[in-house]
Amino acid sequence: MTSLLEMRSITKEFPGVKALDNVNLTVAEGEIHAICGENGAGKSTLMKVLSGVYPAGTYDGEIHYDGKLAEFSNISDSEERGIIIIHQELALVPLLSIAENIYLGNERASRGVLDWRETFHRTEGLLEKVGLKEAPSTIIDSLGVGKQQLVEIAKALSKDVRLLILDEPTAALSEHDSQALLDLMLELKQQGVTQIIISHKLNEVRRVADSVTVIRDGSTVSTMDAHAEEITEDRIVRDMVGRDMSDRYPPRPHRAGEMIMEVQDWNVWHPDHGDRQVIRKANFNVRAGEVVGIAGLMGAGRTELAMSIFGESYGKNISGTVKMHGKEVDTSDVGKAIAAGLAYVTEDRKSLGLILEETIQKNITLANLPGVSKNGIIAEGEETRVSEEYRQAMNIRTPSVFQKVMNLSGGNQQKVVLSKWLFSGPEVLILDEPTRGIDVGAKFEIYNIINDLSEQGKGVVMISSEMPELLGMCDRIYVMNEGALVGELTAAEASQEKIMSMIVTDVVADAAE
Amino acid sequence: MEIADKNNESGGGNGLGKYLAGHLRDYGLLVALIAIMAFFQVVTNGTLLKPVNITNLFLQNSYIIIMALGMLIVIVAGHIDLSVGSVMGFVGALAAVMMVNWGWPVWMTIPACLIAGVFIGAWHGYWVAYWKIPAFIVTLAGMLVFRGLSLWLLEGQSVGPFERSFQSLSTGFIPDLFGVGRPNATALVAGVLAVILILWMGFNQRARNAKYGMDDEPFAFFIARNIIVCGALFYVMYKLAGFRGLPNVMISMTVLTVIYAFITENTVLGRRIYALGGNEKAAKLSGIKTEKLTFLAFVNMGMLAALAGLIFAARLNTATPKAGFAVELDVIAAVFIGGASMSGGSGKIIGAVIGAFIMGVLNNGMSIMGIGIDYQQIIKGLVLLAAVFFDVYQKNKA
Repeated sequence: MTSLLEMRSITKEFPGVKALDNVNLTVAEGEIHAICGENGAGKSTLMKVLSGVYPAGTYDGEIHYDGKLAEFSNISDSEERGIIIIHQELALVPLLSIAENIYLGNERASRGVLDWRETFHRTEGLLEKVGLKEAPSTIIDSLGVGKQQLVEIAKALSKDVRLLILDEPTAALSEHDSQALLDLMLELKQQGVTQIIISHKLNEVRRVADSVTVIRDGSTVSTMDAHAEEITEDRIVRDMVGRDMSDRYPPRPHRAGEMIMEVQDWNVWHPDHGDRQVIRKANFNVRAGEVVGIAGLMGAGRTELAMSIFGESYGKNISGTVKMHGKEVDTSDVGKAIAAGLAYVTEDRKSLGLILEETIQKNITLANLPGVSKNGIIAEGEETRVSEEYRQAMNIRTPSVFQKVMNLSGGNQQKVVLSKWLFSGPEVLILDEPTRGIDVGAKFEIYNIINDLSEQGKGVVMISSEMPELLGMCDRIYVMNEGALVGELTAAEASQEKIMSMIVTDVVADAAE
Repeated sequence: MEIADKNNESGGGNGLGKYLAGHLRDYGLLVALIAIMAFFQVVTNGTLLKPVNITNLFLQNSYIIIMALGMLIVIVAGHIDLSVGSVMGFVGALAAVMMVNWGWPVWMTIPACLIAGVFIGAWHGYWVAYWKIPAFIVTLAGMLVFRGLSLWLLEGQSVGPFERSFQSLSTGFIPDLFGVGRPNATALVAGVLAVILILWMGFNQRARNAKYGMDDEPFAFFIARNIIVCGALFYVMYKLAGFRGLPNVMISMTVLTVIYAFITENTVLGRRIYALGGNEKAAKLSGIKTEKLTFLAFVNMGMLAALAGLIFAARLNTATPKAGFAVELDVIAAVFIGGASMSGGSGKIIGAVIGAFIMGVLNNGMSIMGIGIDYQQIIKGLVLLAAVFFDVYQKNKA
């Protein structure tokens, strides 16, 4: 096999830091090549060098593409040659249709007048290719993240892609959608599209990748060929973090104490479509020191359940009761929910959890400002002391609490969000995708924090799309499907198969009705 | 952002040059004000800093500064208020009608007008906060409505003059408590006290920062900045003492500035407004009552616009249908020159006040020079653009 892309000893420096140091990457024609590495290892920087975001001349080293030396000065240069990146944050215009998005910037038109027939016709063909059964006129906003991802791929295909780069394509997808996407990747490979996948999900990497390059601290650590040797997840992790990590989930004794929170007959309707019931008669409970998981596919209603309980931040016509220590409590606004002892760590920390332009200190105290003030006046020294304490306890890697949160990595940002909620003094923490988009090392730290919470006797509700994480961390797992809790498993009896079968059975039962 | 963690370590920096580069904005504003003043002092052959003109500067700009305090909060909260000029004019008209046509005494008129301002602010705040109608639209409507209402109230005429006691809201002076007369000893004493207070607070802050290991400005900068600020302050006081002493309006303006600076920087309420402007959804999910805060920001704005209306009417000694016309633009410009961000979440009271003074000195200086209103508008517009460009440029470079 010849190589389509060769990046030779790429070095990229920013003022004061070497982001890439002699990185080599060789991608063979027609293969799927995975790049693994912790956040901050330099994966995204490498892709930016490749795609021309950092133009030729601003880095050292050579890029050979399709047998020729390539010097891209911007993204359109690289796109012209068939190199297309699909970023983690999707770049679609939410209020335009699928067809309009696919041909955005590349419109099918003659003399500036759009040719709608051709646009729609071609879009249909592309959608078929990616296996998306939607009309070309469907508005992007009405699609789920999984389907939007497929639109992005269709858009890439419309540009005669030769090298498709997917940056964390499954980060926001459910198990089911992820599988579909991986299948599509394999199919595109059959059609001759070379692909690079950047992913934290090592099981997926193992499934699709022909070869794997691991990057750590801006340097290539290893390159593995799946056809020559067996690539194990342990080996990738070891290369990524530079040490053995035999236990990805730190152990914790089972210590369910007295009942803290009970949610009974919880019903929620969609805020915009009043006739659609989003949560159906949900019942669940958490005991002191217990970590309870909620498993389910994307769109099962897990986030909606959590947010509707937390101060009715989602939905309308909410009914049901929340009991703390057996007594019914009022959670009708966020302030009351916090007062009742609840905390909700959002799945979307950038837009819902943090004020990115503010300092770590100001973010940590935000949910409990009275805790650092007297008569409504903030005691600045006390505020600094408190946040400094959390910085150390949580191991937030930053020189001071006066750093802006936007300058932190995903893992450290998540620790700031957790600090904020711990400082609000909750009894039950609802953690929504607490390890989404953060690297293996930081994940482990978050797991340890969860175990500490359990040891302190707090109740933890953990929502996660990564089933191994739930199986590894939880004492009990509820299974959710289409707004209802359809089953409950103890840690001992739970397995991926059992969870999936509960979901599937529910779907079948629904169909039979 | 991937490399940022590593960058932080070098970001702290040491050395004066590096510090200055990182805090150019903070000093730039003050330096710009001083430079502009120096420029006009020279080209007007010293007229700018004559005691009578300094007094005029305060009288002319007081209402802009007072409204800039409220506008800063509205803008920090992520909104805008286009109606303040009209509201100011309307409240001035209302006060005139109350006193002249209805014969109300001053002590009833002033609180009644402030309450009217509160209700006007509440009207705007209600639509913005609870119905999520963009503030631009709500206050654009308010701008038309209250302009119309003042015309209706005044029936197109000017109404005045007012009692002496009402006029003193703006044109009165604090009598010399020490009976010296000229130079006015009260002004000098107030100047000395203010300098002592500023230095005491500055050193206190430094001590506190050192205690908690916050990075602070280099000592040389601290000294230099305080020498300039205190020197300028005392100079102004000295000049004022040579005329009629401290204008009443200067006192109310200063007191309000201190109060609002304290609220925005040191209180839970202030912090929450910044959080609301920084990320409304995150603030809401942190238990902050974002609607109520938005509502209150407009209520406060309405009250300050009313106060500005009273002061303006008192200064002219008459209420005219044109009062406050296009003033909202000066107020908004002052806040943005002062470094507030259009998207909300950042900006400082002191910045807005300095911004207002920059606009004020430009107006005053160009008028003394006899520059036509046409060029004045052009220059003010370019200054606003330049100030905001400087901000954006700094941000992009960082």
